[in-house]
Amino acid sequence: MPDATSRPTIVVVGHGMVGQRFLEALAEHGTTGRARVVVLCEEPRPAYDRVRLTSYFDGRTPDELSLAEPDFMARHGIELHLDDPAEVVDRAARTVTSRAGLAFTYDTLVLATGSYPFVPPVPGKDATGCFVYRTIEDLLAIEEYAKTARTGAVVGGGLLGLEAAGALQGLELDTHIVEFAPRLMPVQVDEGGGAALLRTIEGMGLTVHTGVGTQEVTTDASGAVNGMTLSDGSVLATDLVVFSAGVRPRDQLARAAGLRVGERGGIAVDERCRTSDPRIFAIGECALTADGRVYGLVAPGYEMARTAADAIAEVTEDAAEFTGADLSTKLKLLGVDVASFGDAHGAATGCLDVVYADSRSGVYKKVVVGADGTLLGGVLVGDADAYGMLRPLTGSVPPVPPEQLVLPPGAGTPVALGPASLPDSAVICSCHNVTKGAITACATLPEVKKCTKAGTGCGSCVKVIGQLLPAAGDGGLCGCFPHTRGELYEIVRTLRVTSYAALLDSHGRESARGSDGCEICKPAVGSIIASLAPTLGVSGHVLDGEQAALQDTNDHFLANLQRNGSYSIVPRIPGGEITPEKLIVIGEVARDFGLYTKITGGQRIDLFGARVDQLPPIWARLVAAGFESGHAYGKALRTVKSCVGQTWCRYGVQDSVKMAIDLELRYRGLRAPHKLKSAVSGCARECAEARGKDFGIIATAEGWNLYVGGNGGAEPRHADLLARDLDDASLIRLIDRFLMFYIRTADRLERTSAWLGRIEGGLDHVRDVVVHDSLGLCGELEKLMADHVRGYRDEWAQTLDDPERLRRFVSFVNAPGAPDPTVRFVPERDQVKPDLTFLTLEGVSAR
Amino acid sequence: MSPTVSPVLQLRVDEDWLPVCERSALIAGRGVAALLPDGRQAALFVDRAGRTYAIDNRDPYSGAQVLSRGLTGTQDGRAFVASPLLKQRFDLETGRCLDDESVAVTVYASRIAS
Repeated sequence: MPDATSRPTIVVVGHGMVGQRFLEALAEHGTTGRARVVVLCEEPRPAYDRVRLTSYFDGRTPDELSLAEPDFMARHGIELHLDDPAEVVDRAARTVTSRAGLAFTYDTLVLATGSYPFVPPVPGKDATGCFVYRTIEDLLAIEEYAKTARTGAVVGGGLLGLEAAGALQGLELDTHIVEFAPRLMPVQVDEGGGAALLRTIEGMGLTVHTGVGTQEVTTDASGAVNGMTLSDGSVLATDLVVFSAGVRPRDQLARAAGLRVGERGGIAVDERCRTSDPRIFAIGECALTADGRVYGLVAPGYEMARTAADAIAEVTEDAAEFTGADLSTKLKLLGVDVASFGDAHGAATGCLDVVYADSRSGVYKKVVVGADGTLLGGVLVGDADAYGMLRPLTGSVPPVPPEQLVLPPGAGTPVALGPASLPDSAVICSCHNVTKGAITACATLPEVKKCTKAGTGCGSCVKVIGQLLPAAGDGGLCGCFPHTRGELYEIVRTLRVTSYAALLDSHGRESARGSDGCEICKPAVGSIIASLAPTLGVSGHVLDGEQAALQDTNDHFLANLQRNGSYSIVPRIPGGEITPEKLIVIGEVARDFGLYTKITGGQRIDLFGARVDQLPPIWARLVAAGFESGHAYGKALRTVKSCVGQTWCRYGVQDSVKMAIDLELRYRGLRAPHKLKSAVSGCARECAEARGKDFGIIATAEGWNLYVGGNGGAEPRHADLLARDLDDASLIRLIDRFLMFYIRTADRLERTSAWLGRIEGGLDHVRDVVVHDSLGLCGELEKLMADHVRGYRDEWAQTLDDPERLRRFVSFVNAPGAPDPTVRFVPERDQVKPDLTFLTLEGVSAR
Repeated sequence: MSPTVSPVLQLRVDEDWLPVCERSALIAGRGVAALLPDGRQAALFVDRAGRTYAIDNRDPYSGAQVLSRGLTGTQDGRAFVASPLLKQRFDLETGRCLDDESVAVTVYASRIAS
């Protein structure tokens, strides 16, 4: 390791989205290993996703908005100083001094100071109750102040203003928007688009004032905001004002240091993002780029981050240059999709507009085409699905007539325009500048995200990426069925099909009818039939009849197959609560059968190393002691973890153990598209880690908050808040509905987190369906769950009672008493482990 | 029960036909394992059409004797079993691994005798 003083030092001022992207690019070049990297950050927290700030009100926590992996700085040896902005740059001495008085000598300095909100110089602008909308801290302050406010006004009807208005509405304020221009979002959309946006936003109960400016913010005797006077003389009574009238580059540090800045602000940089001092770079919203513009969008900022990193790392081949960027953008503002791309206003000479507008549904679509048919740009409001296709097509002549680009699907001639028609050079992800060719070189979406970063920025291209990747052809479950799992569920439910063979022969692909199916659809159909069995009035036992041939070996033997052919056993321990007597029984069984024991992550005990023929005698003892199957082997409810809760814990506010036990007993045995995990925490400290579960419950003083869609595993995800402060009965009713809706509509092996990410409308749609009953399904979903609860039987108790079922628990059909001699063990740490050396010997024999 | 009452599944092992179990012990799509006189193990299957198959029970990827516990299926008209461990598929007639041309398992001839 080189000495810290002998290595060059790179100082980065600002740790926003662009600053973080720059650090990532440096790390990719390996520069972080060769140089000392110091970051000075004004905010008290590391870089977060400012673009999604408003999602804080959908239940996201500030931590979830964080952009850097928790160990990113440590892994790359980057020194991050939070809450300590740079105050002085001394170019002669090459030092940066922070507010706390830390001084760093730099070899290279990178300014990523971003921008500040522009507040018009009106009287009263600094009164109590006036805010800007830029940081998490701003948002927390607004949230706090809004507790005592009824009305809020946003100054500015642009992109950020509408974001802020969405936040105020989320805080249940009577919300006004004041925009000086004659329409909303004047920069991005045209008159028609602005009108569509206005109608939709007014339909949501917001009040919009366009064509008027703010003259004064008025205050009461205490100095708190009580209203605004507008330029037309009218008075707007309001308790809170948010200024969101645009941003200005933060170039003060650079000005003071004597760097060249633009007339209207912005630190002047060249194509490689270098300022007038070759040792200093500027990137993001603080930079005035080589094309003479200041970019307020994140995608160009990312491009500048890459450019500066390439220059600093002395990349010689294909080094990035920043000569200008596309201002295309797609956003969801107040729930309305808005997109603009290319020459949205039709500024080019001789260009023509093709417009589709439907005032009833608030949809407005316009494309601008050149005289030769080239797509130049467009505006989409209310339905921006086409954005992912149209933006990459911009600059080329689309393969279909322009009217088909804006007509809704199914109107007129069917549109034969899909991502397949794009050239390989088309840029699909504009945040990370990734082409179609680079995406199609990958096989799966996670691979695309990992290898190219496409889809990890604003996310607007994810849908198109999905269409570019090889799917199961027509979206069917497998080579046997042209239907999705959700469709098969509906077929089984409505036509009451209870046999796999009957389903395959009636609804399978022609080529698969009469065949033996495959290993993909058999367990999927088996699971659907098991889920619906109580409702269809057939036996739901997974060992019964034709069902027996559909199940993976785990479900067939009601145990988990391990690598040497032995099985593991997990008895149910609801809520993780167990008596000493039952613990002793588990210990005795493990000792008597020579099993390896380990505590699981789900507060249960796993017993490993049982041969098939040992499973029934082991379970005979467990069942006699009052244990039931824990379904660790099934795509089914696993466990409901709990913390100890109010009963013992001094912080607890509810009885989390009792709730966990009640939930586990209610949903035990429920077959689903994938495993289901849950947990209940007795207070907000969240010791049960409920937000890492498919459905997690966290106690509040008033009741329970229900979170859904959490996941551990390879792609961890925190669960989203579905509903808050529920009483016991409402909580259970909501979980009933949620689980049944998931079981009904999810794909095969799709966890709740992936399902929520995939289904149209996401969490909002699920909330509409299960909380507000928007589809009128709730009664039916509750009945399905009631059927399940009523029909539950312990699979192991049933198996032990049935000699016919017990017959299959033999190692050899021709030697029923003989154990499999290849299942052997060797000692390790006072227990056993599989003898793998023995298994891997070629020509293994019984002796 | 007399062995002549119910049809019996036989395997060809070293030139001889070895009776293994009654035909009724097999259900379509679900395998069983048989212990052979020399200590090897065979995995036996029957498909929906009633055809029987027998391959070595040892999964060459893990060394574990588990192929009889895999799920069966049909691809391009040919019967296969997928290993229950890491899901590699083996053609039941040829023993060839469908996911890796270089791997194959032993195949045994089988028949139903009354």
